[in-house]
Parts: sequence; structure tokens; C-alpha cells
Amino acid sequence: MLDKLFSQEVLEETLWILQNEIPLAVWETIYVTVLATAFAIVLGLPLGVLLTAGEKDGVLPLPKGVMHVLNIFINLLRSVPFLILMIMVVPLTRLIAGTAVGTTASIVPLVIAAFPFVARLVESSLREVNPNIIEMAQSMGASPFQIIVKVLIPESVPSLMSNFTIAITTILGYSAMSGIIGGGGLGKIAINYGYYRYKYLVMLIAVALLIVLVQIFQSLGTRAAVKSDKRLK
Amino acid sequence: MIEIKDLSKEFETADGKVEALKHVNLTIQDGGIYGIIGMSGAGKSTLVRCINMLERPTEGTVLIDGCDMGSLSNAELRKVRREVTMIFQGFNLLMQRTCLKNICFPLELAGMDKAEAKKRALELLDVVGLPDKANAYPAQLSGGQQQRIAIARALATEPKVLLCDEATSALDPKTTHSILELIRDINARLGITVIIITHQMSVVEEICTHVAILDEGQVVEEGAVSTVFSSPKSMAAKRLVFPDGADEIMTETPGERRIRVVFSGAPAAKTPLIARMAMEEQIAASILGASTRSIGDKAYGNMLLGITGDDEMVHRAMTYLRGIEDILVEEVTDHVG
Repeated sequence: MLDKLFSQEVLEETLWILQNEIPLAVWETIYVTVLATAFAIVLGLPLGVLLTAGEKDGVLPLPKGVMHVLNIFINLLRSVPFLILMIMVVPLTRLIAGTAVGTTASIVPLVIAAFPFVARLVESSLREVNPNIIEMAQSMGASPFQIIVKVLIPESVPSLMSNFTIAITTILGYSAMSGIIGGGGLGKIAINYGYYRYKYLVMLIAVALLIVLVQIFQSLGTRAAVKSDKRLK
Repeated sequence: MIEIKDLSKEFETADGKVEALKHVNLTIQDGGIYGIIGMSGAGKSTLVRCINMLERPTEGTVLIDGCDMGSLSNAELRKVRREVTMIFQGFNLLMQRTCLKNICFPLELAGMDKAEAKKRALELLDVVGLPDKANAYPAQLSGGQQQRIAIARALATEPKVLLCDEATSALDPKTTHSILELIRDINARLGITVIIITHQMSVVEEICTHVAILDEGQVVEEGAVSTVFSSPKSMAAKRLVFPDGADEIMTETPGERRIRVVFSGAPAAKTPLIARMAMEEQIAASILGASTRSIGDKAYGNMLLGITGDDEMVHRAMTYLRGIEDILVEEVTDHVG
């Protein structure tokens, strides 16, 4: 088994793949992950704000019905497994990206899977803000919008940073699955060579690179979170 | 002038309704330092939050310079809140902003130009004695310094009224003293009406001109500090003024009559009156209980004397004591005085 895994022929072929396909795959993975995370934050942040501020004793209480619908909608999206969601949203993907296959197209299902998750993460971050500080802002004449923009979000930046790091590493994991619908990246390499063509060495290398990427994103995120926290000095 | 009229506040809790305030009536004159004191749970914090409508009263009105706070729209209320600012027990600074930016916060809310807001914030840092902390973050400051920044922030919008909600309760006695000095200074220099919510007698003694005692959601006593503290009438007031329970620890001795002596000025407190009464009138009085304290530059207190003798002797003792300046004398007939 091992001598087969590392035979001259296999090594040469692996080297060829490494040189010709891996750089693009790494780039595609980063591109898809970062863009999908950015869009997920754009959608998830306001939603997370609504989930916190819209509560009965929040800064911007919304009708109970609205909150109910919002919660059900998020839970619904979050309970569909990504593999199935990816296929379910094909029509929407075609509508938005013009095509249902390919690397850029795979961003659409990733965003749809990730933004409800991000909304929940934002909700939990904003809940950490000391209610006394919100009361202070109200006592100074802050409007609900001012409280959201000047108090809730800025005060929870360190927590948001750590949570967005969780989001980006999770989305990186999901992006590997999008190889199935023709999305590019390290996931595609791992599945195409490793699963379909039994080239285990290529798969191992792709997985190792995914691990390295997660490590990089995680340590960058943690560093940003710590650096942004002015409470620990 | 702040007028609180027939103010009541009920809270809905899981165990039913709780009446936090019951028909509170208070009038707070401009320019003074008004203390509202009570045990925890007496409704002090609710009362102060009803003044700026952070809590909407269930009944009654709050008038600030004739303006009915309860009738204002949310937008109008936000404007008025720039004139009735607040400091808190927990300081409530924005931890992710520098001190300077914290002071700018209410000015930003009011839409003031950034450069102008910064200029004003720097002036205020001077007022509170922390000119070198502009770029420090709150976490780098001590509690007392944080409260100074909070005071500067509360002063930024040039308020007419400053509400202090247990502002010194989280501070040690020395820091408390310096913060109170600052508040007194601000009151004197800027003429801002200060309302202080506290459970600490020492705070009221040190800086308040008037005091209201709140007990179970009701104002049980109200008036000038010297009057209320020298002869507290209600049980709640007595518990606060004489926490040792000077009136309650006495035991009854047959044939003994009790006289309460109330000091309401420094000369009386410095007079060795028991000894003088013994020498001049040959009346031997025993001290059953005493509690005296200095308020400002005067001394106030309460002493309970026991005299064994007939009506004539008690009468003579009372006449003698009444002859001394700044002393009130009364015979105590009931058990708790």
C-alpha cells in the first residue's frame, strides 16, 4: 500500500498536479471563502441586530409576529444540510450568478447557508453588551438607531471578530463541499483526485492545505479580536 | 424646578404586581443638591428613572421647569434628556472608546461638529481634573477616575439637572469624598441642580442641602438635611440616622422617666450638659442611649436620658436643658420614642 502510494509514477503525477492545479485551487478556496463570508456578514449583521434590538425589551421593539417569523425563517435555513441546500437553491443561483455551476456560482449557496448562522452569531455577540451601557445611552438622548450604530456594534467588536472568525472557518469547510456542484478549490481537488480517481496523496495534500488555511484564518481572526479589545489593558 | 406629583409606578412580575412607588410628591428647587435616601428596594432608582422617563410612571406627573415629561414624544424626550443627564453606580463608560471619545458621545448624539465636540471634551477633562487621560481607555483608569470621566460626559451637553444614581456606592470612602467634592464644586460653579440617589447617610450629610427619605415606595420624610437629621420622625428615618437603634435598645427601669435631648447645633454638642446639670441642679441623669454626628460644620444628634425622680425634678431638668441654645427637649412616653 505504502510503496504504491509513494511510487515514482505517483510522485511525479502528484508533483505535476501540485504545480499546475493546486495554486489555482488555493486561490479559488480563499476567493470563495472570503467573498461568501463578506456577503454573509452583509446579510447576517443587520439580521442579528434585529434579533437583539427587536426583542420586547430591546432598543427597537418589533411586533411579536415579526420576531416570530424572523426566528422561524432563520431556524428553517439553518436546519437544511448544506449538501441538500446547495442543490435546492440551484434556480436561485442561476438567477443571481447567471449559471449554476462553477466557482463563482458556488458562492450563492454558501452565502445562503452562512448568513442565518452569522445572524445568530451576531445576536449572541450583541447580547453580551452591558444593558447598563444601553441605559446610559438612552439617558443621554440616543435614538434606537444611534444606540445600534454607536453603542451595540462598536462595544461588541472584539466578540464580533471572534465570531466572524468562527464563521469564516466554517464557511471554508462548507466551500470544500461545493466541489460537488462544480465549485472550484481545494475541496474539488480532494474529491476529484482522491475520491473519484484514488489518488490519495493528492487528497492528503489538499486536506493539509485546508488545515493550513483554517489555521491562518483562525490566528488572524484571534489576533484581530484581541487587538480590538480595549478592555484588557 | 422639578415637581413630582402623585407619582406611582407598578411593575408586572411573575409573582404579580409590585408597587415600586406609591403616590410620591416632591418639589426640588433649582440650584440645590437634593438627596433621595433609602434602603435598597425602597424605590430610589425607579424614582430617579421616572424623572427622565427611562421608566414611564404608571400614574402621576413629573414637571421639569413646568414641562410635563410624560407628555413628550420620544424625539422631544431625547432633546430634554440632554438637559437632564445622569451618572451611574457602574460608571457605564463605553469601554471601546477613549476617554475623550466617551465625553464626545452625547455631543455626537446631539449632532455637534466633531472638532467643536473635541474642544469641549478637552475643556471638560480639565474640569474633572484628568487632562492627561484624553487618549486612555476606561479600563486603564481607576474607579474614581472612571466616574470623573462619566461626570465630564454628563456635563458635556450643559445640563440643568444632574441625576446621580448611587454614583459613589462602588467607590472607597476616600474616592467617594473626592467625587462628592467635585459634584459640590460643579453645583456651585455651574449652578446645576443635583439629585443624588444613595443608601449612604454619609453622602447626604456631606453634600446635600435637602433630603427625602424613601421607604417602601413612599416619601416618609422630606426637608432640609439639618431638620430631618436632627429630629427624625419616621421609623425609616430613624433607622437611617441612628442605625444602631439608640431609641430601641433601652430597657425599662421602674420609676425612671425618659427625656430625649435633640442637638441641632454645634454649641450644644460641645457643652458638657449632663455634668453641668448634675452640678448646678443636682439632678443625676443617666444616658440610656446617644447618637450624635457632625453635619457640615454643625453637630446634630439625639440623646436619651433617664431620670429617676418626681414630676418636679423632671420638670426642672427639662427647663434647665431648654435654657441651652440649639437644644430640643421632650419627654418620651411611648416605647420607641
